[in-house]
Amino acid sequence: MHLNRSNLCWLVLALITVSYLVFWALLLGATAAYSTQDSWLQVLRSPEIRHATFLSLVTCSLAAGFALLLAVPVGYLMTRLEFRGKSWLDAALDIPIILPPLVVGLCLLIFFQTKIGKVIEMAVPFTYQVSGVVLAQFVVAAAFAIRTMRGTFQHLSARPEDVALTLGCTRFQALWHVALPAARRGMVAAFCIAWARSLGEFGPILVFAGATRMKTEVLPTTVWLELSVGNLEAAVAVSLFMVLLAVLVLVAVRATGEKV
Amino acid sequence: MIQLEQLAWKVSGRTILESVSVAIPANTYAVLMGPTGCGKTTLLEILCGLRQPTAGRVRLDGVDVTDLEPRERGIGYVPQDLALFPGLRVREQIGFAPKLRGLPPAEIESRVEHLAGQFGIAHLLNRLPDMLSGGEKQRVALARALAAQPRLLLLDEPLSALDESMRAEAVALLQRVQQEHALTVLHVTHSSSEAAALGTLHLRMVAGRLEAESRA
Repeated sequence: MHLNRSNLCWLVLALITVSYLVFWALLLGATAAYSTQDSWLQVLRSPEIRHATFLSLVTCSLAAGFALLLAVPVGYLMTRLEFRGKSWLDAALDIPIILPPLVVGLCLLIFFQTKIGKVIEMAVPFTYQVSGVVLAQFVVAAAFAIRTMRGTFQHLSARPEDVALTLGCTRFQALWHVALPAARRGMVAAFCIAWARSLGEFGPILVFAGATRMKTEVLPTTVWLELSVGNLEAAVAVSLFMVLLAVLVLVAVRATGEKV
Repeated sequence: MIQLEQLAWKVSGRTILESVSVAIPANTYAVLMGPTGCGKTTLLEILCGLRQPTAGRVRLDGVDVTDLEPRERGIGYVPQDLALFPGLRVREQIGFAPKLRGLPPAEIESRVEHLAGQFGIAHLLNRLPDMLSGGEKQRVALARALAAQPRLLLLDEPLSALDESMRAEAVALLQRVQQEHALTVLHVTHSSSEAAALGTLHLRMVAGRLEAESRA
């Protein structure tokens, strides 16, 4: 192949991409090389870690589901409606993304000590509960899901919805019958991102829901608990297990998404 | 009959439409021409109710519809990109409006079959929009609009995506549809030949104003 300027440009861009992927491969390779067969067996046999795995799968799925339920209407509103102060609201929706995770946990903890928070806790207890794990995952994951849904609706023409309005739809019916079916791949992507984000969530969960074994312990908490007692091999094995789990679930969900 | 009275549309301090007034009698095929960006599509969107005019009124058959929602106006709208619903088969596209109105399935099916036969797309009923040619999409969009039994049909450059050989056929189809459904049509086009072939009332818009008007 003749190396003209255009080809050189692609070559440089490809090198940057490959370098980044190689860097990640080296990171994961080094981590994998550190773990032993015994530590993997220990992870698989440990009832605490099995419980943490189960709880992670359940809470991540719930948090991602709730995040999607919020992200669809918010994303649609922010895309289709022009109003004063929209840029401020847009910035406000990104706050959970830019806040340090520990601060999010602290905010949750303090909120549930206020009068409103206590009233809510009388109906559904959150602090140091499994529901608190879901809430801590949800508040951060929702911001990412909203970004994804907003991007999805921005890429979809509003024209079919306009036509639906002239054919007899209310705005809600246009959203339900036209926009949502067209946005289904974006919804799968938003769910995936929210799920992956929830799986990696640690700071807010530790502060707000605690790290009680067999109760509010999720996989990132396990890594921290194992590290804190000097069990590096188990921490590494759990970390790799999380990587494997995340890849498996995301591949499965994405494969489903390709079919919808 | 369409009556536009002193319609204006301004956005961010920029005037798109200014004092647009016109009366289009019932069962007329009106064509609207004008340079790109002069406000033709905006005018159609105001007629549909998709935009609220900054000033002025829209009357249909003597009824002021300016504050009515699009679904309450009885207007069929075919935009330039045709805007077929992604993921819905042709049968569902045409049956969309009848289904929304809660018609019995048998009646929906009969209306779909009738329109599909009229537009020569009966063999396409189970296809998705991605599997249709430009001409087929245009027919589906027209059938979908007519399934709602509108009094007025607004067409925004509906033939722009068709090649020359298909255009003559499409012009004949539009003439037939207008007569068979006794419709008042407002058709936006850039094509003088299309306007000459179809229009019984010719309108021209320049820089947000309706400047010339002639009757065929």
